[in-house]
Amino acid sequence: MSDKHNEQAVQTTGHAWDGDLQEFNNPLPRWWVWAFYASVAFAVIYWILYPVWPVGRDYTKGVLKVSYESNGKTVTSHWNTRAVYIEDMQKGEEALKQKAYLDKVAKASFAQILSDPEMMAFVRSIGKGLFGDNCAACHGQGASGVIGKFPNLVDDSWLWGGSVEDIHRTIRDGHAGFMPAFRETLNEEELEQVASYVLSLSGHKVDPAKAEAGSKIFNGQKGGCHYCHTHQAKGMKSVGSANLTDAVWTIADVPDAPDLKGKLAAVEQVIRNGVQRRMPAWRDRLTPEQIKLLAVYVHELGGGK
Amino acid sequence: MKFSHESIEINAGLLIVLTLVAISIGGLVEIVPLFYIPGTVEKVDGVRPYTPLEQAGRDIYTREGCYLCHSQMIRPFRDEKLRFGHYSLAAESQYDHPFQWGSKRTGPDLARVGKKYSNAWHVQHLKAPRSVVPESIMPNYPWLAENDLDYSDIADRMRALKKVGVPYSETEAEYQANVKKFGKAMADQLNINLAGENLLAQAEAGNYDGNRSRLSELDALIAYLQVLGTMVDFKKYDEGYFAEFR
Ligand code: HEC
Ligand code: HEC
Ligand code: HEC
Repeated sequence: MSDKHNEQAVQTTGHAWDGDLQEFNNPLPRWWVWAFYASVAFAVIYWILYPVWPVGRDYTKGVLKVSYESNGKTVTSHWNTRAVYIEDMQKGEEALKQKAYLDKVAKASFAQILSDPEMMAFVRSIGKGLFGDNCAACHGQGASGVIGKFPNLVDDSWLWGGSVEDIHRTIRDGHAGFMPAFRETLNEEELEQVASYVLSLSGHKVDPAKAEAGSKIFNGQKGGCHYCHTHQAKGMKSVGSANLTDAVWTIADVPDAPDLKGKLAAVEQVIRNGVQRRMPAWRDRLTPEQIKLLAVYVHELGGGK
Repeated sequence: MKFSHESIEINAGLLIVLTLVAISIGGLVEIVPLFYIPGTVEKVDGVRPYTPLEQAGRDIYTREGCYLCHSQMIRPFRDEKLRFGHYSLAAESQYDHPFQWGSKRTGPDLARVGKKYSNAWHVQHLKAPRSVVPESIMPNYPWLAENDLDYSDIADRMRALKKVGVPYSETEAEYQANVKKFGKAMADQLNINLAGENLLAQAEAGNYDGNRSRLSELDALIAYLQVLGTMVDFKKYDEGYFAEFR
């Protein structure tokens, strides 16, 4: 080896260790040197095009320009990510494609949207993304909710009303679901009676005497349940109270209880502890068009009733 | 080819010094101008330092390493805006020490998570993420609800932040300056001398963890999460305004 190098008269650093161990000073590979010069040239081009060098209390702006609409005027500024972003939001291909539909949806009434297959296809595709980003954390990816915590939106039963207008109001303004706790007002026996009555409303076989006593509590002063749930126990959408006559449960985990005892306990628990839960308002976070889209999307999930 | 840089290569001390000089140029050219070029930090209303409770929550956030999976910086791209909300402003992290921008997004960006969810959701999600988001890979943090919040050193923590430029007040003059800048109610919150009382009062009023009987670490952490990205009212500004600062 060393012979060969000696033949080519390779330059060394002049160091020699242990007699013949030398340090070579080989030139860099050609391709590397050219890549280096190319990157220097690239940097110079970059300086010309983009904002780069600080100069005093300002900086070189580069020759690239971006223009966008601001306050009704066309603004042309030097290239920067924020201006590019505004331009993309206003004139980007995707944005324009979406905007055409968004404008259409914004102008249309709910009835028009619901009867237009093209707009509905748009609602479904955009709605799915919006729902995933904003709603799924609570209501679940499939919108079936978590019993006791977040309501199911795919069934036909609604606390705050199931028309598109109702759903729209729910999403825009949010809601506080509130039912007082009755642990101070009702003793254990009364709790069982009123729970029996509640279960009887949805066709469960319960002790008739207890249900009869429970009905008095429900419809009388003592429980006062009818103020919110009505005498028919169908619920009122103005206060978001649950319909107790259908077999759909949003707080009390009745369906999963194996026997009557478990079902009674589930209902008693709700009455004893009350309910306090909150649906956030989205008016400050989502645009009016997005909320409108979501209202239609959720309405469709619920079977459109 | 002549061996032209022999003196550098055979002199380790010189090599180190020159390497440092070469590397520093890049860093200095990028960083130093930000300190004197006016208008890199947007002029917006509403950004204020964290209250003692929020700051305590922020310290738990860093302690638990939430930043390892969550960034707090929304970049100015259309898809980020659609998912997370308005891009982050420099002004919004002016009181963050250390900042939490990050670039690692195992979980979603949290820069605008404030007010997005209810407190009850955060309680449930932090204790057991999979109970609300079945496909989540975020760890459970059950101890946050069990640990009492230790806020004995909150005033010292605020003093430390004051040293690096966060306008918490200790003297009457500093307090008055804050009243001017942030209004009286907020200036009271930023008063180091009342840190403990303020922290308790906010936790009591907010009841973040849904359990009034105790002050847990969860109270503080949720108070912090709920304020993230909510200080600037973007309705007040035209989009073009922010581009003027670039
Ligand atoms: C922080 C959790 C949370 C998030 C996020 C959330 N919701 Fe809700 N939502 C709730 C709760 C809790 C209720 C029940 C309120 C009540 O008890 O009255 C609810 C109720 C509703 C209802 C009314 C259901 C009924 O039966 O009347 C609709 C519709 C709804 N949400 C849609 C949405 C949409 C659309 C989104 C996304 C933009 C969303 N929610 C995001 C928690 C949430
Ligand atoms: C102040 C109004 C109010 C009063 C009074 C009230 N409720 Fe309710 N109730 C509600 C609301 C609102 C809900 C739904 C809560 C939610 O979804 O957030 C509810 C839910 C329920 C549920 C759960 C239904 C389900 O689908 O899981 C039961 C059971 C119930 N109430 C029974 C009663 C009984 C029995 C009484 C009387 C002892 C009573 N309520 C009194 C407002 C009230
Ligand atoms: C191992 C990575 C990891 C760590 C560590 C982690 N998270 Fe998460 N986080 C996730 C993932 C993944 C999600 C998305 C799924 C979900 O919502 O649980 C998430 C979601 C969230 C969300 C909901 C965001 C949204 O907009 O839906 C919040 C809030 C949150 N995390 C807070 C925290 C806090 C606070 C900590 C520290 C105590 C933390 N995370 C630690 C991975 C992580």
